[in-house]
Amino acid sequence: MDGAAAYIPLTWWDLALGSLLVVANAGLSLALDLGLHKRLAISSLRMLVQLFLMGLVLTTLFKLLSPGLTALAVLVMVGFAGREVSARQDRRLKGLWSYGLGTASMMLAALLVTVLALTTALKPDPWYDPRYALPLLGMILGNTMTGVSLGLNSLTTGLYQRRAAVEARLMLGDDRHSAFSPVVKQALRNALMPIINVMSATGVVSIPGMMTGQILGGVPPAQAVKYQIMILFLIAGGVGLGALAAVFGGVHRLSDSRHRLRLDRLLPPKG
Amino acid sequence: MLDVRNLCRPGLFPVSLQLEAGECLALRGPSGAGKTLLLRAIADLDPSEGEVFWQGRDRNDLSGPDWRALVGYLPAEPGWWAETVGEHFLNWQGLEPILSRLGLPIEAKSWPMTRPSTGERLRLALIRALERQPKVLLLDEPTAALDAKSVAVVEALVAEKQAEGLAVLWVSHDEGQGGRVASRTLRIESGRAWAEEA
Repeated sequence: MDGAAAYIPLTWWDLALGSLLVVANAGLSLALDLGLHKRLAISSLRMLVQLFLMGLVLTTLFKLLSPGLTALAVLVMVGFAGREVSARQDRRLKGLWSYGLGTASMMLAALLVTVLALTTALKPDPWYDPRYALPLLGMILGNTMTGVSLGLNSLTTGLYQRRAAVEARLMLGDDRHSAFSPVVKQALRNALMPIINVMSATGVVSIPGMMTGQILGGVPPAQAVKYQIMILFLIAGGVGLGALAAVFGGVHRLSDSRHRLRLDRLLPPKG
Repeated sequence: MLDVRNLCRPGLFPVSLQLEAGECLALRGPSGAGKTLLLRAIADLDPSEGEVFWQGRDRNDLSGPDWRALVGYLPAEPGWWAETVGEHFLNWQGLEPILSRLGLPIEAKSWPMTRPSTGERLRLALIRALERQPKVLLLDEPTAALDAKSVAVVEALVAEKQAEGLAVLWVSHDEGQGGRVASRTLRIESGRAWAEEA
């Protein structure tokens, strides 16, 4: 294999050397009294353990090629992403909606886009081959999570802060869709802005992580670029779909069949 | 006739009231007594229990927006959703007579919403509500920030609309105003309502 020749394996010593940079950060935190050294240590350790576990899990999953276990891994990933979305809300929806809406939107968007890519563009055999499915889903899910949490958060805070303006239209006999539309537009814009910014800066300012990884792994740059473009399209699709589902689900929950604004279905802000 | 039967919601005891077309009923009571809650419940802006009819028709037979087009509500602090004044109206040019009567220039159409004073906003909100031609109008202290002259103009304007058949529920802290504009007074205290003898 010609690709293998260009691939330089890392040793434990290499990692130890890299970790010195984090140790230096911790020293800086101590010297400047930033109070971050403990959190730095904990988050570095977490990263270490989580990634090693992931390495183990992936190795096993790749070997077993089991559709059931792959599906389980997908569920766990989406589940954690849902928890993260819920935690990033200033004003959460009451009850199961807080967790459920974000999770369901991401599940819908990320799965749809991933399955589309697996069955049309990449076509591994079998199509659910975890070696392709899981990294692809991870990348799409990570970005969709950002879009969904930004969209939901700006919907709920927007409706809360602009409730007088929203209700003014309801009072005049407008329906909820016209009354909510300025807030909904803003929420969708906020959700899509990060991926739009990434796409404009990619290749000029930054070399995306996945492409870097592929090039370091010995893939010719022209091939790595094609993969990266594909991934960014998939991410943009996932973010758009996820944000749309989450924001319109949120509109549905924060209004009712009588077209009232239902801020009583929001929890007060944390802290 | 607006017929409210046993309307209640948290913070409000069951309230019943009748309001004929062309009639004005004053609503009085201390702050926090539930006047705004009652108006919001009648306009169906919050979930409530009980029944509300207009001309014998249950409001639940109409959609929420259709009901609120029929029963206009002018809150004490009206909201604004667009950048400029004119965008909040259906047909600004057609409003010239009423605008000039309430002391607002026709050029106010292009004003940014940061420009009008509190009193001007209240008058604009009244015009905005009237432009939709509701059959019932719920007024929550519509003259609170106005000078004596503007108060008289607003009262006269509402009286004219009453003569055309508009039913009005008017919340006012001003005892004198209640007597001027309304034929009956309803008193609300701690969420309970009863008729006040004139």
